[in-house]
Amino acid sequence: MDFEFIKKFTPMYVEAARLTLIIGVIGISLSAVIGLLCALAKYYRIPVARQIASAYIELSRNTPLIVQLFFLYFGLPKAGIVWSSETCGIIGLAFLGGSYMAESFLGGLKSVGKIQIESAESLGFRRLQTMRYIVAPQAASTSVPAICANVIFLLKETSVFSAVSLADLMYVAKDLIGMYYNTWEALLMLVAAYLVLILPISIVFTVLERRLRRAGN
Amino acid sequence: MQGIEVLFMGNNMLRLLSGLWVTIRISLISIGFSLILGTLLGAVMTSKNPVVKAVCRVYLEIVRIMPQLVWLFVVFFGVTKLTGLNLGGETSAVIVFTIWGAAEMGDLVRGAFLAIPRHQFESSLSLGLSKTQMYVFIIFPQAIRGLIPNVINLSTRMIKTTALVSLIGVTEVLKVGKQIIDANRFEYPNAAIWVYAAIFFMYFLICFPLSMASRALTKKQQGGE
Repeated sequence: MDFEFIKKFTPMYVEAARLTLIIGVIGISLSAVIGLLCALAKYYRIPVARQIASAYIELSRNTPLIVQLFFLYFGLPKAGIVWSSETCGIIGLAFLGGSYMAESFLGGLKSVGKIQIESAESLGFRRLQTMRYIVAPQAASTSVPAICANVIFLLKETSVFSAVSLADLMYVAKDLIGMYYNTWEALLMLVAAYLVLILPISIVFTVLERRLRRAGN
Repeated sequence: MQGIEVLFMGNNMLRLLSGLWVTIRISLISIGFSLILGTLLGAVMTSKNPVVKAVCRVYLEIVRIMPQLVWLFVVFFGVTKLTGLNLGGETSAVIVFTIWGAAEMGDLVRGAFLAIPRHQFESSLSLGLSKTQMYVFIIFPQAIRGLIPNVINLSTRMIKTTALVSLIGVTEVLKVGKQIIDANRFEYPNAAIWVYAAIFFMYFLICFPLSMASRALTKKQQGGE
């Protein structure tokens, strides 16, 4: 193990991890927005929007992110749409994540019993009020575990971005392996970097889930 | 927006499909191994022994917390460097996906076993069945029903994840697509959009029926009870 090597190249990994994190946060936030819109379209059975949401969810869930990214990065420029690899990464992540988020939100919304909605209506709540005061708070707490799982899943999926030449952690590791042949050091730092990124989030989410479960019972 | 002809020129479509078969083959082999190992692991995970439980838990968490691509790199580049063994891309992929699949499968099986009422375990033991007999004849047949939709979901996840093997140098559908695009670079500069769209729909056509089947099964089971 060459510790000089590790010391020398740690800043590169930190930089790459920062990029992964920034793109991950933007992409995941966008996917939450898309997911919420799709879930609402399906929940309220809005015509046309509901069908579009369903078709989108199926398309995005049943294809790998890397294929989506290749289409965005190598395919679309031929149709005149040129995006940088960062934009492709964000859009790809939002496209993939949107469907997973939609399913989680919809699961939460549907878990609120019909009797709750009927009671709210009979108490004179309007539709928007029912959503705001009755459905949304209950749905939010039931969908949190699924959403946390999605966030971790999507953060892991960002590792694919190196395929569209985004200088993320995988890219740096592959670069170092290719240039210096210090395979183990480069891989060790790669594993460590992902651990540092994902482990704290995973622990926080586990604690959060446990607290919510206790609150639910 | 021309260039769609490229897909049907010569044996291009056949080449893409054979590239797809490479990933499908990797996933099928890994799914097969994962099913066997995962079932055993799931039975082990229900053990009351705290050490066994902790070891299984750690294994599951370690596998889960890393992106699969990182594991592919670790096995493909790292193991070769460490042992001097020259593992091919496909072999590395099967190893990684089996380790990952077995962990996920084990967790599913554990959940399914725990969902079986306790008295089933106790009754079979009191009837004098051995532990193995209990699992083989009593527990597993009951668990398998709820397990099938989850296993199908895991399979689609694994099929989608095997698309990553192009990054460790396996010539699968994405690589073949790239070759076709490069070979037609001058006559059909717009081939890329069609080739990648075709690959996108190929994956969709494989995974969509599986997702539908899993959903239909889940619905049927929930309705039947």
